[in-house]
Amino acid sequence: MSVRFRVNGQEVEVEVEPRLTLADCLRHHLRLTGTHVGCEHGVCGACTVIVDGAAVRSCLMLAVQAEGSEVLTVEGLSNDADLSPLQKSFRKHHALQCGFCTPGMITTAHALLSEEPHCDAARVREVLSGNLCRCTGYISIVEAVLDARAAYQPKASASDRSGDRA
Amino acid sequence: MKLPPFDYACPTTLPEAVQLLAARDGDAKAIAGGQSLVPMLAFRLAQPTLLVDLRKLADLRGIKISEKGVTLGAMVRWRDIEDDERLDTAHPLLKAAIAHVAHYQVRNRGTVGGSLAHADPAAEMPGIALTCDAKIAVVGKSGAHVIQAADFFQGALTTALTPDEIIVEIRLPPWPVGRRWGFEEFARRRGDFAMAAAAVFYDQDENGKARNAHVGVIGVADRPLRLPAVEGVLNGRAIDAAIIAKAEAAASAAVDPQDDIHASAAYRRALVGTLVERALKRAAA
Repeated sequence: MSVRFRVNGQEVEVEVEPRLTLADCLRHHLRLTGTHVGCEHGVCGACTVIVDGAAVRSCLMLAVQAEGSEVLTVEGLSNDADLSPLQKSFRKHHALQCGFCTPGMITTAHALLSEEPHCDAARVREVLSGNLCRCTGYISIVEAVLDARAAYQPKASASDRSGDRA
Repeated sequence: MKLPPFDYACPTTLPEAVQLLAARDGDAKAIAGGQSLVPMLAFRLAQPTLLVDLRKLADLRGIKISEKGVTLGAMVRWRDIEDDERLDTAHPLLKAAIAHVAHYQVRNRGTVGGSLAHADPAAEMPGIALTCDAKIAVVGKSGAHVIQAADFFQGALTTALTPDEIIVEIRLPPWPVGRRWGFEEFARRRGDFAMAAAAVFYDQDENGKARNAHVGVIGVADRPLRLPAVEGVLNGRAIDAAIIAKAEAAASAAVDPQDDIHASAAYRRALVGTLVERALKRAAA
């Protein structure tokens, strides 16, 4: 089946079997391997992407269901030159070791902070509870997300949220 | 964990969707949010030959609140319930229960209709539907009809739906001001399936005695259960510590859970009693 949607601001069209998940479509058809597959049954969160503004498990979505949608992957959160504020904060706080869960953590955190820039630690923990990390013990991840809130506050300009320099 | 092959259709009208399901004679499945169905496909526990996507069907996404009660369209997501502030007063028990469903990403996709149709024995929405005497409106090849929640859940992952039928909405009775309620769930981790949960509500007569008590539990049988024995302990009485203790004992006695990998039968039995006790304490506070 032919499916047309937008990924990281670009229109794409792919020819896929209905059973292909969005995760596998992004990785194999679009070569966007930043989205990781950990469990392929919806419990680990490594495959999180943002579809029409909402964080979703891309292993639980069929590519054909993305028809007409806006998909944002971890690759789309920064430009090539600069790290996004979340990425900088993850680096600053040692919020990754092997990096496998990291794209899912960052896309989930980006979705959260975009909607709730004033969220507290309890809310961050609640939202990230759907993302598993075997390396860090989570504390550094929570601190990184909290520290990145500043970049999502309403008075910051929209361009501050990406890696673009004003 | 790749899915088995299937055909895919995305109809734009309900009659079209019903026709697609009916034509495959039991081998087609409707897909809503996919948060329960797609894992089943990944494990190859289900191998339908056709998925009928409900996402383009209009009029299934609304939350209607009136003096007739709360009506949830089948495609209403957990996220939509969470975001609807009217429900804080229009149906606080629903809100409290749904707060326990899954995780952030799942809540952006998972739907009320999907949860009811999937009928996991430990799912919150079936428990609320049963406890609150919900009516489930369904459309199939023989037309539209309404199924009482008490008749809907027939076993683990088994409902009264025929393969051609689609849930369109769930109707919860109106929630009076002053109703006492509690919801308590235990899961090892936030967002896990409930090991058990209890939903209770009662109204009060002019002397402060409970009436119209409803007690429902999930996770202790192959379907959600009402506990009339516990309701009988509560009705006509003031809900004090002594009555709550009696209710706890009655709840444990009223269920017959199985041993499984998550908990022994004895543990679940005790857990249900404790959760009913805590829910009643909350209700009576």
